[in-house]
Amino acid sequence: MKTLVVLPLLIPLLGAGTSLIFRGKAFQRGIALGVATLLAAANLGVLAAVLCKGVVCVQAGNWPAPFGITLVADRFSGIMLAVTGVVAWAGTLFALGTLDGRRQRFGIYPVLQLLLMGVCGSFLAGDLFNLFVWFEVMLIASYVLMTLGGERAQLEGGLKYVGVNLVASALFLSGVGIVYGMAGTLNLAHLSMRLPTAGPPGLLTTAAVLFLAAFGIKAAIFPLFFWLPASYHTPPAAVSAVLAGLLTKVGVYALIRTFTLVAAQDVAYTHSLILILAALTMITGVLGALAQHEFRRVLSFHIISQIGYMILGLGLFSPLALAGAIFYIVHHIIVKTCLFFVSGMAWRLRGTGELDRLGGFYSTQPGLCAVFLIPALSLAGLPPLSGFFAKLFLVQASLAQGQYVLAVVALGVSLLTLYSMNKIWTLAFWQPAASGAKTPSEPIEGNRGWLLAAAPAVLLAVLSIALGLGAGPFLEICQQAAGQLLDPKEYLAAVLESG
Amino acid sequence: MTLLLALTSGGLFAAGWYLMMRPSAVKLVLGVALVSHAANLAVFAAAGAGRQPPPLLASEGVAALAGSLPVADPVPQALVLTAIVIGFGVLAFTLVLVHRAYQTVGSDDLEEMESADR
Repeated sequence: MKTLVVLPLLIPLLGAGTSLIFRGKAFQRGIALGVATLLAAANLGVLAAVLCKGVVCVQAGNWPAPFGITLVADRFSGIMLAVTGVVAWAGTLFALGTLDGRRQRFGIYPVLQLLLMGVCGSFLAGDLFNLFVWFEVMLIASYVLMTLGGERAQLEGGLKYVGVNLVASALFLSGVGIVYGMAGTLNLAHLSMRLPTAGPPGLLTTAAVLFLAAFGIKAAIFPLFFWLPASYHTPPAAVSAVLAGLLTKVGVYALIRTFTLVAAQDVAYTHSLILILAALTMITGVLGALAQHEFRRVLSFHIISQIGYMILGLGLFSPLALAGAIFYIVHHIIVKTCLFFVSGMAWRLRGTGELDRLGGFYSTQPGLCAVFLIPALSLAGLPPLSGFFAKLFLVQASLAQGQYVLAVVALGVSLLTLYSMNKIWTLAFWQPAASGAKTPSEPIEGNRGWLLAAAPAVLLAVLSIALGLGAGPFLEICQQAAGQLLDPKEYLAAVLESG
Repeated sequence: MTLLLALTSGGLFAAGWYLMMRPSAVKLVLGVALVSHAANLAVFAAAGAGRQPPPLLASEGVAALAGSLPVADPVPQALVLTAIVIGFGVLAFTLVLVHRAYQTVGSDDLEEMESADR
């Protein structure tokens, strides 16, 4: 049981190690598929274990809790790991089908596996400093993924991405230092017990705001989002799909984790700040998207706007709101990755992402239209798709707390999202192909390539429908996860008494 | 001692931030280096740096520890050591990235690196 929690870290590490030693392209592709499959199985296994047995905790080297390295999986971590496993599997298939030979030879698969290790490690980390280290593992891998290939746009976007994230890391580290100075420990469970009596509450609020800024940069909340639309559309679609699906959500996960377990002392100040930021993030993101005319840039701005909804759930800080935020994260990861897959296929068909120069897919590629329409409507929040329920729970939660302005903002932004998706649909799919459309420079090769590219997109679209149809049972799991977050007794007991 | 460390850390943060605001990619790298060192010093300052002896004990010294002998806290040192290693790796990567961007764009002016923003 306990070894299961280590597998999400071991599988990608071993995979990356072997594929860095043996550099053959066929070998690396085989390893990539194997790692993705095993990782998906292991992560779903962790979720199953957590749902059956409660919080699972591993003390590395058998050092008891506040002294050693602790890996903890509660329901929230389990849900995040499971969806990461599924999206990683889909992303790997898409990469196998669409990546060019040069990037494959220069080791994109091992870097992708290291990225997944960092993501899984962040979800499992039981203390703040390990969270910092896993963040760095994930970020360094993402720097390489972002810039591998060396095209001019990639280097320019990558430079901004690296610079901004280094600032975030420095802020995070300063916050860690302050918290350690106050409480003398960094173990999240131990901190949650010690911090309420550890020192001046103003100092803790300072550390909390440092964490908010650091994770806010990584999660791309207002006003720290500008790096995202400058960089996410530059790497190949397979890479940007995985980055868009997973990376900002790790920032949201860290925000939710720290602001429930560590920095939940001065809720009146920090969480109302988060609410204001949430509203501004939703609005600026969607307005940015309206002004864009490139497929992936529109989608990038929508990531920002959707992050606002998740932060809204954290800011409201009620069981239903947190459950809604977790539901939203899962829905968003699935849907957004799927939309990036579609944008990648459109790019491969026409050699451009400019909406004005796309068009005509409705008559030539009806299948692609269906795979776009499902996640797009889900993103805008049409029933019975997953996005409808995700938004419904958050709006219900804000109405229950009398936050009418936030509810109106959430609904208005969702309407603008529909408008923006409609724009992509009309320009890229519905209207006739633009005259003088050039032939693509790198078409997808053969039926096998198309199968590998289309299958993961179809899988994720189906998952979005399934999540909508099974919203009731899944909301129950999310509510249990939210319950564990708001009342961390079980988490504390598992970490501090398991040694 | 702590005050001196705190002031130094603050000064490094200020200098680093300033350099990062300049429109030159090389200054961006220098700023990143200063800011990461400033964060390391901040950890030391916040966690309490002093002149205590290192926490190395002979076997009979374990008994002495029980008598509240003041020794330095090893945890912030371990944290900072890890952070320095990570910061060094990232700095090396950033240098190569800036060099590559300079080769491709033909200038280290960040104002000219905006094709990805349009």
